[in-house]
Amino acid sequence: MSDLGSQRLQGRVALVSGGLRGIGLACVERFLAEGAEVVITDLDAPDSELATSTVERLGQAASYVQANVTKSEDWERARATVAERHGKLHILVNNAGTDLTGPVESLTDGDWRRIMSINVDGVFMGTRAFVPMMAESGKDFKGGASIINVSSIMGLVGMSEVSAYNATKGAVRMFTKGIAVEFAEKKMPIRANSLHPGFVVTPLLAQGFQRWVDSGVAEKAQDLVDMVAGKTPIGRLADPSELASAVYFLASEDSSYMTGAELVVDGGWTAQ
Amino acid sequence: MSKRLEGKVALVTGGTSGIGAGTVERLAAEGAKVIFTGSNEAAAQKLCAATGARFEKHNVTDAAAWGPLIDRILEEHGRLDIAFANAGIEAGDGSVEDITIEAWNNIMGVNLTGAMLTVQHAMRAMARNPDGPTGSIIVNSSMNAHRAMGNFVAYSVSKSAVLALVKSSAVHAGNQKYKIRVNAVLPGVVETAMIKNLIDKSGDPEATRAAYEGLSPMGRMATVEEIAGLVAWLASDEARFSSGSEFTMDGASTAGMNGV
Repeated sequence: MSDLGSQRLQGRVALVSGGLRGIGLACVERFLAEGAEVVITDLDAPDSELATSTVERLGQAASYVQANVTKSEDWERARATVAERHGKLHILVNNAGTDLTGPVESLTDGDWRRIMSINVDGVFMGTRAFVPMMAESGKDFKGGASIINVSSIMGLVGMSEVSAYNATKGAVRMFTKGIAVEFAEKKMPIRANSLHPGFVVTPLLAQGFQRWVDSGVAEKAQDLVDMVAGKTPIGRLADPSELASAVYFLASEDSSYMTGAELVVDGGWTAQ
Repeated sequence: MSKRLEGKVALVTGGTSGIGAGTVERLAAEGAKVIFTGSNEAAAQKLCAATGARFEKHNVTDAAAWGPLIDRILEEHGRLDIAFANAGIEAGDGSVEDITIEAWNNIMGVNLTGAMLTVQHAMRAMARNPDGPTGSIIVNSSMNAHRAMGNFVAYSVSKSAVLALVKSSAVHAGNQKYKIRVNAVLPGVVETAMIKNLIDKSGDPEATRAAYEGLSPMGRMATVEEIAGLVAWLASDEARFSSGSEFTMDGASTAGMNGV
């Protein structure tokens, strides 16, 4: 059993980047189930089918702002929207991210800069945009405001032909520790922790597996799913809701002494 | 308090004080049936009266008594879902130059062998649960697993060693296709009665308190309730995809450069 629907985040405002799909969407749904108001950002146009149908399905506590996490002007627009609509922010999930695979000698300058920009610049810019607001809003609740940066087990261990993604997720891990110590030393009521998912059934994973199939690494995507499940001690991939329950813990006052820490949700992958 | 743990049966070792007692309270408040062990019967009676938990006088190092203890739990409740290997000591610890072999063996016996016996017997019991092998085992390590103290060699070593115990046990559970998860919690300094006592008995309580508080950039110690909240999360189905991992709750004590 879980806390699902316990309304323990009532009165909180949350922002989730990359919130229309995968782990981001699962976090949005969990926050709403616990009584929070949620602002979703993603790349899709506000009048796109996905954005409109998602917001309509989620109801009045959810809203959407189109924002590219690599553009500081987009973050400024998101900040202004949150300020106008809610006047506060308690939970920030820097979730938007992309992947990149391939032999290191085959990666182009453009490939490298694109993933660094989305996965690292995006987390920095999101944090920078909202820290002043969260330093105020954090006074509202025990445990303060909470920043959750989505890293990966690939920010903890290396993998062949994943070097660029490894680099970005390692950067997110250490950026998070840096800001955690900074906020704590300055007595700012903001905690910051990194989330380290293992393999999760998301659109991003499906795309990545399809690329591997196209490049001849495997015959079909299901073979890759079976291979990963077989190498995971728990014996399967995660559902996005299983990451959302960890993010919910980090957002709730139960984690009030947790900052600068790593929450690993990987089915035992990195214990081996 | 929500009832995330309704219907679950929990065992907490070293449950009569500190983090153990706080966890007994939290697990019971979330609906679990809790059995806790320890030696202080007076403290245990109070906790039983306050929480409805049941006390078993038992020393984690007593290997022969583990079987009968688990049998009694299974007879009464028919299952075991949660085990918190919490019992730990530091009495007699010292530097590597000074510690006696008796103190070393004593601390290793409780903190490491006691934790292994807890995981071993809990997993054997959980493997026999009526609805299949399911459960969550949590071992209380410490931030000292990664930042050793010069004057507490046995404690530091034991808390590091239990991390390998956790990982090996988690991988084993996976190999056996058990849905039994094993994780470690790594608290920072927690304001327990034991720490308060150390502060009061020091030559300069104010300075000692400030030193403990200063280990975290947050400038305070953890409360027992905060650590219990993490244990409860790991015990619940919310954490069903986490196994073999280390969960640090130390107010950024080990995220920065200060160490401990």
